Amino acid sequence: MSKIKSLEIKIGLEVHCQLTNLKTKLFCSCSSDYRGKEPNTLICPICMGMPGTLPVLNEKALEDAIMVALALNSKISERMLFFRKNYFYPDMPKNFQISQYDKAGGVPFALGGYIQINGKKVRIRRIQLEEDPGKLSYDGTIESSNHTLVDYNRAGIALIEIVTEPDMETPKEARLFLEKLRSILEHLNVSDGSLEGSMRCDANISLKGGKRVEVKNISSFKEVERALNFEITRQKNLVLRGMVIGQETRHWDETRRITVSLRMKEEEQDYRYFPEPDLVPIIIPRERIKEIEQKMPELPDERRKRFIEQYNLSPQSAEILTRSKAMADFFEESVKIYGNPKEISNWMIGELSSYLNEKSIEIDELTLTSKQLVDLIKLIDEGVISRKMAKSVLQDMLLTGKMAGDIVKEKGLEKILDKEYIGSIVEKILKENPQAVKDAIFDKKAMNYLMGQLMKKTEGKIDPKMASEVLRKRLSELAKFITP
Amino acid sequence: MNGDDLIKSKKRISKEEIEKIAWLARIEISKKELELFSKQLNDILVYFSKIDEVNTESIPPSYHVLDLVNVLRKDEAKPSSFEEILQIIPQTKGKFVKAPRMV
Amino acid sequence: MSYCVELSAYEIIKKIKAQELKVVDYISYLFERIKRIEREIHAYITLTEDSALKKAQDIDKKIERGERTGRLCGVGIAIKDNICTKGIRTTCASRMLENFIPPYNATVVNLIEDEDGIIIGKTNMDEFAMGSSTEHSYFGPTHNPWDLERVPGGSSGGSAAAVISSMATLALGSDTGGSIRCPASFCSAVGLKPTYGLVSRFGLIAYANSLEQIGPITKDVRDCALLLSCIADHDPLDSTSVNKPKEDYTNYLVDDIKNIKLGIIKELFGEGTQDSVEKGVWDAIKKLEQLGADYQEISLKNLDYSLPSYYIIAMSEASSNLARYDGLRYGYRIPNKSYDWNAVYLKNRRFGFGFEVKRRIILGTFALSAGYYDEYYLKAQKIRTLIRRDFETAFKRFDVLIGPTMPVLPFRIGEKVNDPLEMYMCDIDGVPANLAGIPSISIPCSFSNGLPIGLQIMAPPFREDLLIRIGFSFQKNFPILKKLGGHE
Repeated sequence: MSKIKSLEIKIGLEVHCQLTNLKTKLFCSCSSDYRGKEPNTLICPICMGMPGTLPVLNEKALEDAIMVALALNSKISERMLFFRKNYFYPDMPKNFQISQYDKAGGVPFALGGYIQINGKKVRIRRIQLEEDPGKLSYDGTIESSNHTLVDYNRAGIALIEIVTEPDMETPKEARLFLEKLRSILEHLNVSDGSLEGSMRCDANISLKGGKRVEVKNISSFKEVERALNFEITRQKNLVLRGMVIGQETRHWDETRRITVSLRMKEEEQDYRYFPEPDLVPIIIPRERIKEIEQKMPELPDERRKRFIEQYNLSPQSAEILTRSKAMADFFEESVKIYGNPKEISNWMIGELSSYLNEKSIEIDELTLTSKQLVDLIKLIDEGVISRKMAKSVLQDMLLTGKMAGDIVKEKGLEKILDKEYIGSIVEKILKENPQAVKDAIFDKKAMNYLMGQLMKKTEGKIDPKMASEVLRKRLSELAKFITP
Repeated sequence: MNGDDLIKSKKRISKEEIEKIAWLARIEISKKELELFSKQLNDILVYFSKIDEVNTESIPPSYHVLDLVNVLRKDEAKPSSFEEILQIIPQTKGKFVKAPRMV
Repeated sequence: MSYCVELSAYEIIKKIKAQELKVVDYISYLFERIKRIEREIHAYITLTEDSALKKAQDIDKKIERGERTGRLCGVGIAIKDNICTKGIRTTCASRMLENFIPPYNATVVNLIEDEDGIIIGKTNMDEFAMGSSTEHSYFGPTHNPWDLERVPGGSSGGSAAAVISSMATLALGSDTGGSIRCPASFCSAVGLKPTYGLVSRFGLIAYANSLEQIGPITKDVRDCALLLSCIADHDPLDSTSVNKPKEDYTNYLVDDIKNIKLGIIKELFGEGTQDSVEKGVWDAIKKLEQLGADYQEISLKNLDYSLPSYYIIAMSEASSNLARYDGLRYGYRIPNKSYDWNAVYLKNRRFGFGFEVKRRIILGTFALSAGYYDEYYLKAQKIRTLIRRDFETAFKRFDVLIGPTMPVLPFRIGEKVNDPLEMYMCDIDGVPANLAGIPSISIPCSFSNGLPIGLQIMAPPFREDLLIRIGFSFQKNFPILKKLGGHE
């Protein structure tokens, strides 16, 4: 196995993010709000590639792309063209995709750049704007279906393609990269990563000495780690058996959770790129970039730093809280309502995060609001419930969506605060445990046993501070009558 | 071979290549068509090789003859005319476009 | 009054506005004439008699009520069948689009309807505008009204034949490499290819996007100026449409060309030019000189490479533009019970396209394919730069540049159709204007053996005014009196 460990892994990603905050598609005025819509109801002659129709570029898409490039520290090209990428496929209305290209006189939208993950720079190779194809579905599987159903609602949706250098070394790094990218795009308010299919990626994996294998069709970030782990294990096994890893393209089969080889005809790779004659060149003057730079929103890295300074959080806590925009927003919202950032951060990083991880969901998929979390914390601060109680109340809140106060009331979880009542319980315990009382009078440590009994009797509802006060007082009174 | 013949031989397209290109263009061609095209396309390519005479080093291409740049559209949605489009689709299933099987 | 169909649009509009002629009567006469002679000429693929008569009644009512009417005021217009018309089938003369009814209008069609023009029908053409004779039509060839054995030129052959045989008063064509001017020349009509970007291409079914424009084909220059004024407008749906104020080109119908400097392009009188054509064009140049213009010969060396460059660019763009015809969303689709998608595409495109279209798609695919891009497409686009520079230099010395529209007289149907390269050679004088994106007009200048000859005039970008002024002066001072006969 040591031989395997030494195999250097290089992972590069090609990420496609929809600009989900646009109202319309990239080259026509069809609504881009296609999710949950009936098939082929958000189409027009332009995005259906009907004869004689022409594309016109969405102004906002250009602005969004500029923001993304700036946020990824990428150099925006001053003058660029769109290119046609020619290939036949039923999801492509024109049988070419309007995209960008870095050869044949073309330049991508932006070049270079990086994203920082855990103090490591993952370099960006290029960023470009292009259109999404439609969506295919089958009666049964792709192999068994005797026809293909095509929905072109998605055709023409604006995509931003981000290609990295092969700078990641583990599937986990790839996941962290994608999480960070998503957080950045969400902070820019250009793309909502929680929408189904809004972020998809292809991955290149190579083991030292092996050829590059491309894995296509990874339809969500959650799948990436899984797909990469599978592929690395597959390649390692090949190497172990002394086999050579050849260059190929594989497909991630989400249901079977395996990668499958796509045996493509060699000539199908000939995309015959050439500049799109129906679109004029785009020139982005430096002043325009500066203008957009001025109004750039706060990005995750800046926000992390601010959290450390403003809320006095540890770097680790700040890092976790800014991993997604939803998480950071939830935190700040909570602090705004109640203050006490330390306490809120502890709850979010502790109980809440483990719940999210366990369920593999995101914070904005919860019904829990900032206000509800704050209400729970208030109950602790007011001494209504104990911290331990609060943890189980939170679990109930997450499961049932009920308010903390209601759960406490329903289950009768309020702390016992009545001094007289506490006194009577203490008396009862003292009577039931004469030997322990004796021990406790001479050995302070033995008092803990009596406290435990008190807790047990009241199912933990007794206020520990008040109980120990009453107990201590009673013990010192009893000490006068008892001699060692 | 003299220079002219060299140029001509370089510019020839074999029947195999025509078949490969026809596949790329998704046009089925019969044997008869292949024979005919092979002669015609090669005559045309020989004629095209005339452009090799021109020195175009350091000349930029004219992808666009106009000086127009940055033609953009506001991000405002218009209602879809999908009903009219669905009407002319040759084969449908519900509102889906029905395409042949993939495999 | 049935003779009225032979009048120009300008004269007809005058009569309609003066209420001497009812639009309904005039449109009916047009269809009567079509019924009489269309069988021999075959200028149309689709006729729209019912909707035309209905529109005619509407305009008559407007006139009766004294309401404002548009500039085209009931004039019958034939539209080339590669220009989309909402609800009227638009075939591109291809089996692929035999039953294609677009749910949208080309922008030019909207503009014409806004001006009360009446669409008579859709005209025959070479399939997808690929050809110079209108023989490559799925619906059969169009015949030249001057000699039915001969071609009308192409690819807008139907539009030119319809106008000149008075089966339409005005017509629209499209010009990718001479496709308006060639049939105008062969049919003795006026045909204008506007500056690239002057007229919207939205709704023009693309052959080669970076080269083509829609333009008028008319009986005379006056009508040409009128129709151009109606269709030249900025269109936000076309990214390559120039945003400049709308112009009234009829303002340039001025009989004065004194001191205008004409450059006679030597390369346009090359090897393949027939003597009769050369003579006809030189006679016209001498006539322009009589009207006070100066001329001088000039050489534009790179024009020698314009034809191969044009074909490489056009075929490459076409191979991509025509990829969309796979039969899924519209157009021809074979019954496909058992084939997979690749097989269906292969067969749809085999049976849906004609030979010339397939030849051009295959060559264009080849020119763009891996390893050939630099050698063909890129090189041709670089030569295009050299050609543009040649024109720019020439326009520093001359107001306009002149040559024949076609190197040859109208040839016989079937004469060149089996030799693609020979057919391509006919475009040699037409393509430079498309490569440079400059405006170019063909004006009938004389006849040889009963066959028309066209004079081609080219101007700097957006100087259509010069073409109209020169063309108008020429027609006013040297009218061609030859009348169409024979098949009446």
